Amino acid sequence: MSAETSTVKVPPQRPSSSTGAPAPRAERPARKSGRFSGQAAPWLLLAPTLVVLAVVLGYPLVRLATLSFQKFGQSQLWGFQPTEWVGFQNFTTVLGDSVFWDVVVRTILFAVGAVVFTMVIGMALAMLLMRVSGWVKTLINVALVASWAMPIVVAVTVFKWMFDSDYGVVNWLLSRIPGLDFDRHNWFIDSTQGFTIIMALVVWGAVPFVAITLHAGLTQVPKELEEAARMDGAGAVKVFRYVTLPVLKPIIVMLATLSVIWDMGVFPQVFLMRGGHPEPEYQLLTTYSYDKAFVVNDYSMGSAIALLTVLLLLGVIAVYMRQMLKIGEVE
Amino acid sequence: MTTEVKQPRPKGRAVYNLIGLLVAAVMGFPVYWMINTALKPAKDSISPTPKFLPFPLSLENFHRALQISDFWGPVTRSLIIAGSTVGIGLVVGLLAALAISRFAFRGRKVVIVGILTVQMVPLVAMIIPVFLLLNDLGQYNKLTGIILTYLTFVLPFTVWTLRGFIVNIPKELEESAMVDGCTRTGAFVRVVFPLLAPGLVATAIYGFIQAWNEYLYALQLLSQQNTTATVWLGNFTTTRGTEYAPMMAGSTMMAIPVVIFFLLVQRRIASGLTAGAVKG
Repeated sequence: MSAETSTVKVPPQRPSSSTGAPAPRAERPARKSGRFSGQAAPWLLLAPTLVVLAVVLGYPLVRLATLSFQKFGQSQLWGFQPTEWVGFQNFTTVLGDSVFWDVVVRTILFAVGAVVFTMVIGMALAMLLMRVSGWVKTLINVALVASWAMPIVVAVTVFKWMFDSDYGVVNWLLSRIPGLDFDRHNWFIDSTQGFTIIMALVVWGAVPFVAITLHAGLTQVPKELEEAARMDGAGAVKVFRYVTLPVLKPIIVMLATLSVIWDMGVFPQVFLMRGGHPEPEYQLLTTYSYDKAFVVNDYSMGSAIALLTVLLLLGVIAVYMRQMLKIGEVE
Repeated sequence: MTTEVKQPRPKGRAVYNLIGLLVAAVMGFPVYWMINTALKPAKDSISPTPKFLPFPLSLENFHRALQISDFWGPVTRSLIIAGSTVGIGLVVGLLAALAISRFAFRGRKVVIVGILTVQMVPLVAMIIPVFLLLNDLGQYNKLTGIILTYLTFVLPFTVWTLRGFIVNIPKELEESAMVDGCTRTGAFVRVVFPLLAPGLVATAIYGFIQAWNEYLYALQLLSQQNTTATVWLGNFTTTRGTEYAPMMAGSTMMAIPVVIFFLLVQRRIASGLTAGAVKG
């Protein structure tokens, strides 16, 4: 169906960006003289978006930065005391705290694990979808879309129930395996086990989008390219490595980028799984910052942690943006 | 050796089908288990041997879930919030997506990089200043305030996704329409817009689901009396502690409409994400 509706079988990003390239080049000399003629329309179209983003993102980001150099607690919130500038005090406190570094390491390990599992399982599923019969494909798609559409909060409650120590179905199923006894096993006493379940939950929710998108991408890989490679003696692995992957690269980069953002920003999964009060060994950067702000009521300390999280992500963002620019995704 | 043409061999396909069935079972199990628990009598949920089929069917869990606290209030608020956010997001975002995909102008790349970067800022990092901002504006605990803040994530996503859909529509189509006498706006309305419709639907649905699923802002920016469906479910406890059976009934009521809606349009979304638009 999708193959028949499109004669352009190559991934769309490439041709459009290459046809788009001459336009700015031709315009460049004209710019110096009369640049306002053709320039106003795009900015008018962009204006509403830019205004909204300035209010809901720009201002809060600035406020986040200023807050982290202030003392801002309950009394400042109610206006009993004026806000006070404290310089780098919040940062020296946070960075000197070994708990913070534990949280950083935990967050990075968690995000990397979740992204890798999501991408690998997503890719495997996408390739499986190319190889199964129609009715199996439909079944997998139904399962994928159903789990994709599940609200995160619903997914958390369902996983909590499945892994419940007393009546959870998973403990019962595992106890059926000879030699294993998971009766009354509490998965959350040990944080490694607990995070395994939280990661399973995150990956389970993220895989469908990745798998379905990659599958749609795979249907666009020109058959002739793969056949030609096979004629030249390439095995399945080589065809995948040298034909399929390069063609899919723009999609893969997009998906990986989104996965990193989502998995670094995981909040309800941990927060709700631990009943609204994650224990110290379950804190990720997000819950840690939230705790400092809304439980301890130290808004400036929470902001400092959140700002450090954003800075940490900026590194990730920079790496990906460079990749995006390199492959011409952003043209 | 080179004569090995990879036609699907029946044996290989059977193995793949088997793996596929297993995958579908594992992926679908949480959804199935939610519905199963919701539909069987509550006492069956705490039997030592789990019952894998919801017979005898019972709706008592649904009754109980609806009794525990106001259900339709949060659901109505969630619908209003998600609907308004996506509506505003689509209109505003489409204009911006057109600007960055169909116009060449100085600063275009900066805008694209800016929108992409902005999309990366985790919501949780923004909650503290957003909370203080709404507090200052007198928008704390107001639906308008939360709709505005939901645009933080719906709008960048909408712009970026719609850009992807528009870029897939060949410029030549518009150009030939313009050669045939259409204005630029006319070409957009008559040629691009119809081709973009599936993309708009896909973006709207995905945006809606993001807004519907959002938890943290709803938790922090709305009071208990004014809360949304996600927070309602997250706080689902009874006087007897956590009762999973009615909780699964509540989960089912929250998830099933979304899942069905999503299943109906999934084909469009999948093809819309990558397929080109020129018909042969």
